[in-house]
Amino acid sequence: MAKVRGAVVVDNEECKGCNLCVVACPTQTLALNRNVNNKGYHYSYMENPENCTGCTNCSAVCPDSCITVYRTKAEH
Amino acid sequence: MSVLTEKINAIIKPENLVYSKSPLLNDDSMHYCPGCSHGVVHRLIAEVIDEMGIQEETIGVSPVGCAVFAYNYIDIDWQEAAHGRAPAVATGIKRVMPEKYVFSYQGDGDLAAIGTAETFHAVNRGENIVMIFINNAIYGMTGGQMAPTTLVGQITSTTPHGRNVDLNGYPLKITELLAQLPGAAFVTRQSVQTPAAVRKTKKAIRKAFEIQAQKKGTAFVEVVSTCSSGWKLSPVASNKWMEENMFPQYPLGDLKDTGRADASLYKVKG
Repeated sequence: MAKVRGAVVVDNEECKGCNLCVVACPTQTLALNRNVNNKGYHYSYMENPENCTGCTNCSAVCPDSCITVYRTKAEH
Repeated sequence: MSVLTEKINAIIKPENLVYSKSPLLNDDSMHYCPGCSHGVVHRLIAEVIDEMGIQEETIGVSPVGCAVFAYNYIDIDWQEAAHGRAPAVATGIKRVMPEKYVFSYQGDGDLAAIGTAETFHAVNRGENIVMIFINNAIYGMTGGQMAPTTLVGQITSTTPHGRNVDLNGYPLKITELLAQLPGAAFVTRQSVQTPAAVRKTKKAIRKAFEIQAQKKGTAFVEVVSTCSSGWKLSPVASNKWMEENMFPQYPLGDLKDTGRADASLYKVKG
């Protein structure tokens, strides 16, 4: 299993489930949740959190600015 | 708590933060459809203004169209303009307060249809303003009617069999036309469908604001955008459609980057 180096926090209520971050994610970390938020959208979440590198590609394409990205150096 | 959750929680700490929502974007939830390019461009403008530290000196002029409520989302001073008249309003604001940063934010119905005259003459005068042009080749707000920038053969609610040149004319490449005008300082066309394109667009918007500070002339940034509701496609399919159909007609890149023309070139001899 790859080292956990990055993490994203998605504002579930702001997310409109447009899927752009899922496509932009180079490590297949993100996916749309089966559950829906109060607006009825399938919000984005970290399906494979161990893949995340904190590259900020998802937050770059997010039209609703609902993704916060954290990154740390890989632990040895 | 699982090991994985513990690991994630160990990363989610303030000292590891690499990206968070711009402080200039307020808490209002944007009214745009899922995947709309407007949201990305709003965020880029907010980030550029924040990074340049010009929040108190910036005045935006919002258009009529989907972006009419832009003033609800970015925490700067705004003025709403009548349909298509944003460049004229921005001209007035800039001339009264030349030390302020003034930008107009317009869609293709506003800038390239009803506001064509204001757009051309503001750029021809070389007004020191930034104009941001969202080109999604359709009238999004009113229900997906044909716009001047609609592609030939593109299906809209008013061209159900596709845009026909004999009946509807050709797509208006207004950015190419504006690049010909001597008052234009910086004319560029960008897009926001991939992370790389988003970063390039942010640089272009920043450059446009810097050109305004240097009083070089009008800086014009077109952003080729999607309208997934108007195009009747998913946001991801819209991006693909845009790459396949919009980019050949509206190629990306800088069209002009020379500053406004020297007045002596246009002066009478005697």
